[in-house]
Order: sequence, then structure tokens, then C-alpha cells
Amino acid sequence: MTAAFADGAEMPLKRRLRRAERARQLRALGLVLPLFLFLVFTFVIPIGGMIWRSVEDWEVPQVLPHTVAALADWNGQDLPSETAFAALAGDLQAARAAGTVAVAGKRLNYIINGYRTILTSTARNLKTAPEPGTAKATLIGLNPAWGDRATWAAIKRASGPVTDYYLLGAVDLTRDVNGSIVATPPDQAIYRDVFGRTFSIGFGVTALCLVLGFPVAYLLANLPVAQSNLLMIFVLLPFWTSLLVRTCAWIVILQGEGIVNGALQWMGVIDEPLRLIYNRFGVYMAMTHVLLPFMILPLYSVMRSISPAYMRAAASLGAPPATAFLRIYLPQTIPGIGAGCLLVFILAIGYYITPALVGGAGDQMISAFIAFYTTETVNWGLASALGAVLLLSTLLLALVYGKLALGRQTTGGLKN
Amino acid sequence: MDGGMMATTQALVRFVGVQKTYDGEHLVVKSLDLDIRKGEFLTLLGPSGSGKTTTLMMLAGFEVPTHGEIFLGDRPIKNMPPHKRDIGMVFQNYALFPHLTIEENVAFPLTVRGVNKAEVKERVTAALQMIKLEHVANRHPGQLSGGQQQRVALARALVFKPALVLMDEPLGALDKRLREHMQLEIKRLHETMGITVVYVTHDQGEALTMSDRIAVFNDGIVQQIDRPDALYERPVNSFVANFIGESNVLAGTVENIEQGFCRVALAAGGAVTATAVNVGGVGSRTSLSVRPERVALLTGEGDASLNRLPATLKDLIYLGDHTLAVLATPGNNEFMVKLPAGAHAGLTQGQAVTIAFRPEDCRALDPV
Repeated sequence: MTAAFADGAEMPLKRRLRRAERARQLRALGLVLPLFLFLVFTFVIPIGGMIWRSVEDWEVPQVLPHTVAALADWNGQDLPSETAFAALAGDLQAARAAGTVAVAGKRLNYIINGYRTILTSTARNLKTAPEPGTAKATLIGLNPAWGDRATWAAIKRASGPVTDYYLLGAVDLTRDVNGSIVATPPDQAIYRDVFGRTFSIGFGVTALCLVLGFPVAYLLANLPVAQSNLLMIFVLLPFWTSLLVRTCAWIVILQGEGIVNGALQWMGVIDEPLRLIYNRFGVYMAMTHVLLPFMILPLYSVMRSISPAYMRAAASLGAPPATAFLRIYLPQTIPGIGAGCLLVFILAIGYYITPALVGGAGDQMISAFIAFYTTETVNWGLASALGAVLLLSTLLLALVYGKLALGRQTTGGLKN
Repeated sequence: MDGGMMATTQALVRFVGVQKTYDGEHLVVKSLDLDIRKGEFLTLLGPSGSGKTTTLMMLAGFEVPTHGEIFLGDRPIKNMPPHKRDIGMVFQNYALFPHLTIEENVAFPLTVRGVNKAEVKERVTAALQMIKLEHVANRHPGQLSGGQQQRVALARALVFKPALVLMDEPLGALDKRLREHMQLEIKRLHETMGITVVYVTHDQGEALTMSDRIAVFNDGIVQQIDRPDALYERPVNSFVANFIGESNVLAGTVENIEQGFCRVALAAGGAVTATAVNVGGVGSRTSLSVRPERVALLTGEGDASLNRLPATLKDLIYLGDHTLAVLATPGNNEFMVKLPAGAHAGLTQGQAVTIAFRPEDCRALDPV
């Protein structure tokens, strides 16, 4: 009976197993699918879109299609041929009719300041199509810039479909007229500084959170349950108020006529109000306050799992408290320190509102510039490129952390 | 080893009038006076909450006595921090440092003492050889079995050659076979190294197997401290008699006391002669304690000096090397008698028998 069933002619055992498992797998898939789709639509597609926008170059090919085609074989050494001039004249007239000159002008203006004017004035003054063979002379006559190789090199460089212009720009690099990568002129080079500032604020806030959070986490993990629950509520309290409210509270406390300055002046410690806000100090203060729970919670969960028996064992084996702490306790908290630092750092370098509200002009972080380019100047290419660089550095950090965390035994060598 | 007297000056550790309370209301340890002799294996045995672990923790320095003093050698150590006491300790769950290798774990007490590298290497190797675990030196504790971890914990507590080693239920987490093996291993280490061991357990079998002396704790008081055989054969009170080994209890009243023996009228009728150990005067209540292996089932007349009681055989439990007979006798419905293998032939359930035991084997103790 069993044998007849097992090698039943109609269906081999393996296939029947697969069929039996299929229902279960489908059910599991069904459970995961909503989240998966949600992540695709809210995460993968936007990020993919952002990365694509950071390299996409569509304006010039769309507005000046014939010029781009005519420049395809241009060697870039001399002025382009008469054909290219004629194509540009045709494109400009068409673009003027369609009202799209400004689109290309904006893109080319990133490469050469004032390009927009060259383009719009030429288009406006080009009443009729030049006679065949006179396009070059006509255009140079309308604007001498067309006799400059760099003007044409700009079109060539912006002729798409992809460009490294924005990504290079995000790290203060550009291409010169010959197409080789050079540093952006010092007066325009700001992003390295901004990235440097972003990372240094990130590191500073992370370090402050670690220094302030470690003892609190230790206390939380070692107090009796009733007291530690109360303390935990205080730790979590900031989570229950909006970020904006907390940040504004710092403004009230730290401003020139604020509580701190008022108290110090009243006590006679200072005569002039201290500048506590709208500078780097305010940024560190407010960000550390907001991010502290993200450091404390992972530390706490790791410390909670460290048995007090280890410290007792260390003491019984002759280690003074400091030695026992450094050699036995601290190493076991490293997974928590790693997780907390990573979390705080990644959150910190993405901060936007807090530095905008409590920082000065020189304390704005990269997110502020991304927001500026997306909402103020609508330079999506540069905004995306800055975002992509930020994303890349964050991923690198996560990768380094993963290597460190997996390289050592994260469970502390314990089974189970 | 020998139960003979040693001068108190030879005691390695002395507890003098030590009391401990955690909440200021209940004493966990009530006036403890205890001498631990150099080189002995002393077990603190008792049910949970009896104060034995607290006593060990006070000795290790993790708890401070509320009152009294502890001397290690001649030094009072009540307020000495644990790391200065030079007392090795083995914990119940081993407490091997999970982030260090076995070798680093064993080396830890030496490196914190600033021993030079070559000597550390040498002593760690020797310690690992002693526990036959040289081959796992570079593994982490998580990769070892419970028994191996326990041996490493032992090596770590012994490697810095402390005069005194404390063990807090070190075998509690191991299975039975491994536990028995480790008992012998610890005993062997104790004998070869000549160290003093204070061992805490609630397992009386373990205590009887390993100890030179056992201190039985109950309710914060040392009930009796003696050699294992003396403790088993001559318990001084009902708690010890019932805690160590099996004991049949009969309640009664003392009728007279004469030359160390007393006549006891049983509450359920009848009278027996018992050794007077812990009884008040005539008329006081008492609990009689008789070991199951000291009782015989009489078929014939037997010796006239024996105590006899009528009983009914309720059950026979075959245990291989012996058979346990469960009897109902007036005053005790679960009277146990250990019969040698093969001695139960002819007995049937419900049969009326006579149980008999010598007055020397029946100890009259405090009433329970």
C-alpha cells in the first residue's frame, strides 16, 4: 500500500513534495509581498531615480538635437564646421518657437556662467535662418562667444545622454575645456568643505552621544527593574515630542535672552550674553540631545545581556575594578557601541532641520544644500549627485561596520 | 581527612559572629562562627535560602557582613575588596569571558598580576595540561561543551595558586554522568594541589562524595558541621537527619532517659528504645529517626533487644541492587525499608510484617 503510494505512477515523490510545499511558500510570499512592494515603491524606485538623475543629461540633446548630432564627430581642437553652426541656428529658431531656449540655457549656464544670456540673445536676434554657408559668420556676428572653442565644448559636454558633471561637481571637480578632470575654481568649491563639516559634526555628535550615553546605558542595565523602568521613560521622553518642538525648545533655552544666559547674568557669572546658539555649539547641543536615545538603546540592550558574573569573576581573579572594566566589560559592549555609533552617525549626517534652526550660516550640513538645490534652484542633477555621494559614504560606513561586526563574534562567543 | 582537633590558629579562614541581612529585617545569616582548616575540602550544604551562598559571597568579598568579622589567615578581610583577597572562585555558570580565548581566559589572573609573558605562557600551558584541554587553547568558550567550560573555569581559578578556592554550585548545570566525573576530577585536583576548597551545593550526594567536612546550613544557621560519615550516621537534629539521606520519622514522647538511651512512647501507640541525642527531659516531645537500611523485616523472633513495630507491606520497589519496601506502620504511612537484593522473596503486598531496628540505630531528635 505504502510502496504503491510512494512510487505512484502518476506523480513522482519529489514533485509531490514540491506541490505540497508550494502552498506554504505562496502563503509566505503573500505575507511578505505588501512590504516588499512598499519598499520597492518608496525606497528602491526613488533611490534609483535619484541616482539616475545625478548622471542624466537630457536638456541639451532635447533642445538642440541637430547641434548635438553635428558635434558628434567634432575633434574639439578647432571651431566646429559650418554644418554645426547651421544646425545650431536651426535648433535655436525651433527652440525659440517652442519656448525651450531657457531649458538648455540653464543647463549650459552650469558649465559657463553667462551661457544663458549668450543663448537667449542669439536666439532672439536670429530673425531669419542664415544663408547657406554664412551660418558661422552670422552667429559670431551676433555673439562673439560663438567664435570661442569653449562655448562649443560646453554644448559637446552637455550633449548627454549621461554626464559625470554633477557627480564631479559634488566633490568639487570639473572638466576643463579639453575634457580632463580638474579642481573646481576655489571660489566655487564648497562641497568638500560641506561634506567635511557634515562628517565632522556627525563624528562629534556620535562621540558626545557615546560619552554621555554609555554611563546612562550602564545604569539602566544594572539598576533594579523598577528604577530602571523609570529612568528608561526619561530616556524615551524625547521620542514622544516632535523634533521641531525639541529644537525650538533649545532656541528658547540658549538664545541671547534665553534661560541659560539669563541665569548666568543674574548670578553675575557673565556680563554679556554668551553666544550659545546659531553657531556650532548650538548644533552639537541640539543634535546630541535628539540623537542620544539612539545611542543608549542599542548599548542598553547589549549591556543587559552581559551577566554581572563576569565582573565578579574578574574581581575574584585579581582584577581591580578599572582593569576589569577595560578588559572584560568594555570589549563585550563593542557590538552595542558599534550599532549605536553607526545609527547616530548615519542619522546625524542626514540632519537638516536642527542645523537649519539652531546653526549659523557656516554650520549647514549637506542636507541643507540638497534641499536648497531641489526646492530653490531646481538643480535636480546636483541635488541628486550630492545625495548619491552621501548615500555612498553611508553605505561604505555600514559596510565597514558589517565587516567589523561579523569579523568578530557578535554573540560574544556564546552559543544559542 | 582526620576529624581530629586543630588549633584555631591553623584555621585558614575564620568567621567570627558574622551576621548578614539584606533588608534590615531578616537575617539571612544568623551569627555564624566557622573555622575553615588549611587544606580541607569543606562543603556548605543546605536548601536554597539557607544562607550558604551568602556565606560564600561574604568570603569572596561580593557581600559585606552586616556584623562580625572574617579572618583570612590573621588578616581581617571584611572590608577588603575582592580583587585583593587572592581567593580563586568558580561560578555556577562558569563565567568564562566570552570574548577571550580559552588560553586568554586562563592567563587573565596572571596578566592582571603583571606576571611576565614567558611565565604566563608556561603556567597556562601547565594548567591546560592539568585539565587535559591543551587542544582547545585557541577556541572561545562558546565552542566548548559545558564540562569543558567547567574545567577551564577550574584551571582559571587555580592557575594563580590561590590558598583558597571557592566553588559556587559549579556542577549544577551539568548532566548526571558528567557531574559524577567532574566530582572526582575536582577531588583529584584538591588532593594533588593541596589547596583549601570551600564548596557550595544543595546536592547532598555531591557533598558526601567530595568533602572532608560538611557544614549543613538551614535558616541562616549551621546545623551541624562534621565529616560526611558522622553526619550521615550521627545527625544531631531532625533537619540534618532528614536532609542528608533518607530517614523514617516517628513522633513520640520521652518516658525516661537512662545511660544515653531513652524510652519513647509513640504518638500512635507502642513504645521503642532510642539513642537520646537531642531531647529535653522526661515528658518532652521528640522525633525518632531511623535510616531505611538499618531496619529489618522480622519473620521469626530475633534479638530481644530490638525495637519492634507491626506494619503492613504497601509496596515493593525494585531498584536493582536493592529493593525498597514501603510499609504502613502506626504513626508513619510511608515507612521505608531497604532490603538487600533477593531478600524480598515471599513478600506480597498487603502482608502483615514486623519491622525491627536496634536502639543504637534509632536516634531521638528534636520534634519536627
